[in-house]
Amino acid sequence: MRRAALILAPWLALLAGWYGIHYSGLINPALVPTPHEVAKRFVELMRDRLPMDILMSTRRVFLGVLCGIALAVPVGFVLGWYKTIRTFIDPLINFFRALPPIALIPLVIVYFGVDELAKTVILFYASFFAGVIVMYEGISQISPIYVRVARTLGATDGEIFRKVIIPLAVPHMLTALRVALGVAWATLVASELIAAQQGLGALIQNAGSFFQLDIIYVGIICIGFIALLMDLGLRTLARRFVSWQERIA
Amino acid sequence: MSIGPPRIVFDKVSVRFDTPAGGQMHVVDDVSYHIHDREFVSVIGPSGCGKTTMMNIVAGFMQPTAGTVALDGQPISGPGPDRGVIFQEYGVFPWLSVRENIAFGLNLRANRTSPEEREEICQRYMRLMGLSDFADSWPRMLSGGMRQRLALARAYAVKPHFLLMDEPFGALDAQTRTAMQDLLLEVLAAEGKTVMLITHSVEEAVYLSNRIIVMTARPTRIREIIEVPFSYPRREGLHESKEFGELRAHVRGLVMQEYAQQAKQRQS
Repeated sequence: MRRAALILAPWLALLAGWYGIHYSGLINPALVPTPHEVAKRFVELMRDRLPMDILMSTRRVFLGVLCGIALAVPVGFVLGWYKTIRTFIDPLINFFRALPPIALIPLVIVYFGVDELAKTVILFYASFFAGVIVMYEGISQISPIYVRVARTLGATDGEIFRKVIIPLAVPHMLTALRVALGVAWATLVASELIAAQQGLGALIQNAGSFFQLDIIYVGIICIGFIALLMDLGLRTLARRFVSWQERIA
Repeated sequence: MSIGPPRIVFDKVSVRFDTPAGGQMHVVDDVSYHIHDREFVSVIGPSGCGKTTMMNIVAGFMQPTAGTVALDGQPISGPGPDRGVIFQEYGVFPWLSVRENIAFGLNLRANRTSPEEREEICQRYMRLMGLSDFADSWPRMLSGGMRQRLALARAYAVKPHFLLMDEPFGALDAQTRTAMQDLLLEVLAAEGKTVMLITHSVEEAVYLSNRIIVMTARPTRIREIIEVPFSYPRREGLHESKEFGELRAHVRGLVMQEYAQQAKQRQS
């Protein structure tokens, strides 16, 4: 009960602040739709295009992150484990990581066109570089003592990989996945700038052209809540798999 | 503990490391000694002198630059379950429960055991090390002394004949340390093993060992090998005896000289 109240309190404060700004007169009220207007618009849109937008966006994020992490885990692992390789590859990774995915959109259009593939490529790019850094930093911090101990107990290389390195890598994989999901959602609008008809980014874009502020709010809030839900899901997963850790990041 | 034939033989062992600056560091210089079957040998000397290097060679983690270290007549080529190693930082696997930590070695192909036997070994060592109530706990919930006991139990479970211990009690408080030393002696009395203990503590070396090898400052050589005349089982009261005090003073004198030597080297 107390816990529920504590969890709700900041959200209620946010709503109160929102109403406060609308009615304070500090900003032209026409520029700040009220929460109940946004809620009404949300219900309307749910009967219209919003479910499809949510589905498309979630699918793109899911696909992009899945591909990105599928590559980031082995690459991050190799970079984290083999320090010599890392010395040479590190600058390259940092070079590409520093490029904002939005800056790549024109190139992506040239090479991948404007359909689903192009959007997935952008999200893949974003989640790969976010994930690979987390993964290799985590792996490179694994203490070599565990490998030594396993060896003195008679473990073969294969056993060390399966029974020592994999369990130690799992928490970093989950963290990489969480970070990549966050970055991918942040990049979503950018990727849906590429002539998307559907998706939350497209919804926001279209509404922007027609100055439909309430729809923009609906889109933004949807992105936020879906990301929150995914993160919660991942954290639950993490608690199950790495309950041995001191703290779940 | 009765003393048997030599098992570990250091023969003119020297170790040099390449330094990052491109030079060479001479760590171990022409060291020869034997460790006999069922003997408890402590190696003591200034920190950073090369004691751990010698243990790493026996453990199979590295090779000497010159000379050989042989185990039952065969040069050591790598780590193996016949030599249990207890590390200074314990190395307890944080992702496994206490029971799973002890069973880790028993699940490896090198020493596979039947599930019944595995369970029995786990139970025995958990009882012996006072960990039975924590069988399903994560290591992070254990105190330092308990983690050390867990590391010991895990090493024991695969029945190594040799125990190589690198400052195993260094991170423990004085009371826990004493309790762990007595526990170690008890366990050794029950299952005879050959032990090589690396330590900084003169008190610990005198209390536990058959022989103490005092090493010099780097490049380390043997300063003196000291026979410890006390019979086992040893009791805590031994610390207070006159003979113990004299031996301790003698060893401490040697070690302090070498520490001073090492400090002088650092300055120059």
